[in-house]
Amino acid sequence: MKPITIVTGKAAILDRANVDTDQIIPKQFLKRIERTGFGQFLFYNWRFDEQGAERDDFELNHPQNKGASILIAGENFGCGSSREHAPWSLLDYGFNIIIAPSFADIFYQNCFKNGILPIKLTHEETALLMSVCTDGKQEITVDLPNQLVKAGDGFRTEFDIHPYWKELLVNGWDEISITLRYDSKIEAFEKASGI
Amino acid sequence: MGKSIIQKIWSSHQVVQEENKPDLLYIDLHYIHEVTSPQAFEGLRLKERSVRRPDRTFATMDHNVPTYNRYFIQDETARNQLDALAKNCKEFGIRLADLDSEEQGIVHVIGPELGLTNPGMTIVCGDSHTSTHGAFGALAFGIGTSEVEHVLATQTLWQTRPKTLKLQINGTLQDGVTAKDLILYIISKFGVTFGTGYVIEYCGDVISSMSMEERMTVCNMSIEGGARAGLVSPDETTFSYLKGRKYVPAGIEFEREADRWRSFASDPDAEYDKELVIEGSEISPMVSWGTNPGMCSPVDENIPTLEAAKSSSDKKSLASALQYMGLHEGMEIEAIPVQHVFIGSCTNSRMEDLRAAAQWVKGKKVKDGVRAIVVPGSQNIKKLAEAESLHLIFTQAGFEWRDSGCSMCLSMNPDYVPSGEHCASTSNRNFEGRQGAGARTHLVSPVMAAAAAVYGRFVDIRKEEYSRTEAVNSY
Ligand code: SF4
Repeated sequence: MKPITIVTGKAAILDRANVDTDQIIPKQFLKRIERTGFGQFLFYNWRFDEQGAERDDFELNHPQNKGASILIAGENFGCGSSREHAPWSLLDYGFNIIIAPSFADIFYQNCFKNGILPIKLTHEETALLMSVCTDGKQEITVDLPNQLVKAGDGFRTEFDIHPYWKELLVNGWDEISITLRYDSKIEAFEKASGI
Repeated sequence: MGKSIIQKIWSSHQVVQEENKPDLLYIDLHYIHEVTSPQAFEGLRLKERSVRRPDRTFATMDHNVPTYNRYFIQDETARNQLDALAKNCKEFGIRLADLDSEEQGIVHVIGPELGLTNPGMTIVCGDSHTSTHGAFGALAFGIGTSEVEHVLATQTLWQTRPKTLKLQINGTLQDGVTAKDLILYIISKFGVTFGTGYVIEYCGDVISSMSMEERMTVCNMSIEGGARAGLVSPDETTFSYLKGRKYVPAGIEFEREADRWRSFASDPDAEYDKELVIEGSEISPMVSWGTNPGMCSPVDENIPTLEAAKSSSDKKSLASALQYMGLHEGMEIEAIPVQHVFIGSCTNSRMEDLRAAAQWVKGKKVKDGVRAIVVPGSQNIKKLAEAESLHLIFTQAGFEWRDSGCSMCLSMNPDYVPSGEHCASTSNRNFEGRQGAGARTHLVSPVMAAAAAVYGRFVDIRKEEYSRTEAVNSY
């Protein structure tokens, strides 16, 4: 997993609430048995028409949003199905930071396992950030060690993150190898519970 | 001060508790299916890791499985995924209910049916409707594929302690109002995020008098209200359901287990982070008309108007949902036309669901121009239903009777709803494209779906000759 520390990148705005994982990656693309190559299918039904051509009315197809690495979205982002294909497709498309007023629980967890930083800001902060990031002024800096988001001339705000998830992301650690260090404790638990 | 079932299960499964870390929780039972597991096994192989407790892991094939001619899988990617699961289970020594197995069915239907799901357990699956198993008083939640890999390798998960929410449903439900209507009502009333960050405990008279199958329907859709898990304290209904099931111990050992299970039930003076109360009698049969499960209304009401929206963002979501659904604001729910009916999914595909629908359908005919299918939740349910001749009632009325699987709940197999057409569905999600590109899903109870098949539109089942008690008991 690639570590995340201080990232400066272009932000794309998707001002929609309750974006579910069925929209992020529709079910017809869940049959692959690999982890890679899902970016081409991201938001497929919103991004492409029946002929496979880009839809002009979809936010990520707007020229100013091309090449963005940060996604700013509405509340309850990633709700619905637990499919990890959702973070895989976002990451493969180029997003490694997602900012929203709230995230669905399972999606939020899935992000950390894949080197994506989900940032919860308040409704007001998110709305302000969206308004700051218009008309080509879309550059944002996220400083994970200091838990800061900076944009434009004066936008600067702190965000919360559990210290454990932060540590994983900053170091790009594989969680299983951490847990395996507790092997003797797991064994002791099993013995004590008779299982 | 007493403890809730959530606290009891949590504290009895903590393997590691350290400062600045989530807790490391032991996982008692891990269910697996073909769609969310292949990359997890691949991850194990790359790192030369093994499965820690294959005996606590159980796999089935459900999402991709065709519901007729099930061995003839035309879609090569679907076949690959099923083959990959079979190969992975063989290599790592995991029990698998494959297409040949009598145990095969939707993962959340077979686990309880086989008696694998027990009170007091921690249960996970790479599937958000794992909350279904909470009906037994288990802490059961959906996880992503990386977590599937983590559980395979370590039988544990790092989890932050959830907040607790007590949701009490008082009184009784009206005749014709089911567990499905209750949970749809809850989500429409409190919204699709009211449970985010919480585990919900459902309680109150309505819940205590429910059967296990009804409780499963309620817990199943906890995730649609944002909660990863929802559960019910175990009671005598739970124990008598479990008694005699395949993987449940018998005799004196059962009694010992039942005593242990009983100890997990919430104490009367337990405290919760949040409490909500509703009255069972205020609930009507519900129909969803939008593109998330919170967008539903009582069948005898109308679709809301844009003017009534609380905020500009609500207004925007409402307008775009109605555009997708091809409906207009203020329209009567009973005027919505239906061309497809799907009775199935891990929400409503069990014996009581099929009986209730069959009871109503008996002697009637599916309306011309409506395609209606019934997909039992497991091969075992299919067999039991056929023993009661339910399949004959359905087929004589013009329904198709299929093999078990997820089917038109998410249409990864060949069953789907064509673009622009409306489907009365007993499943749990009405997201855009869920039942097929452009498909328009309406979430309802089994008996409401059955009635929609006969009328070609939604009708208020309370006004039909129908009694809840009769429907459940008459077979
Ligand atoms: S029936 Fe539907 S919701 Fe249930 S497990 Fe299958 S796809 Fe998921």
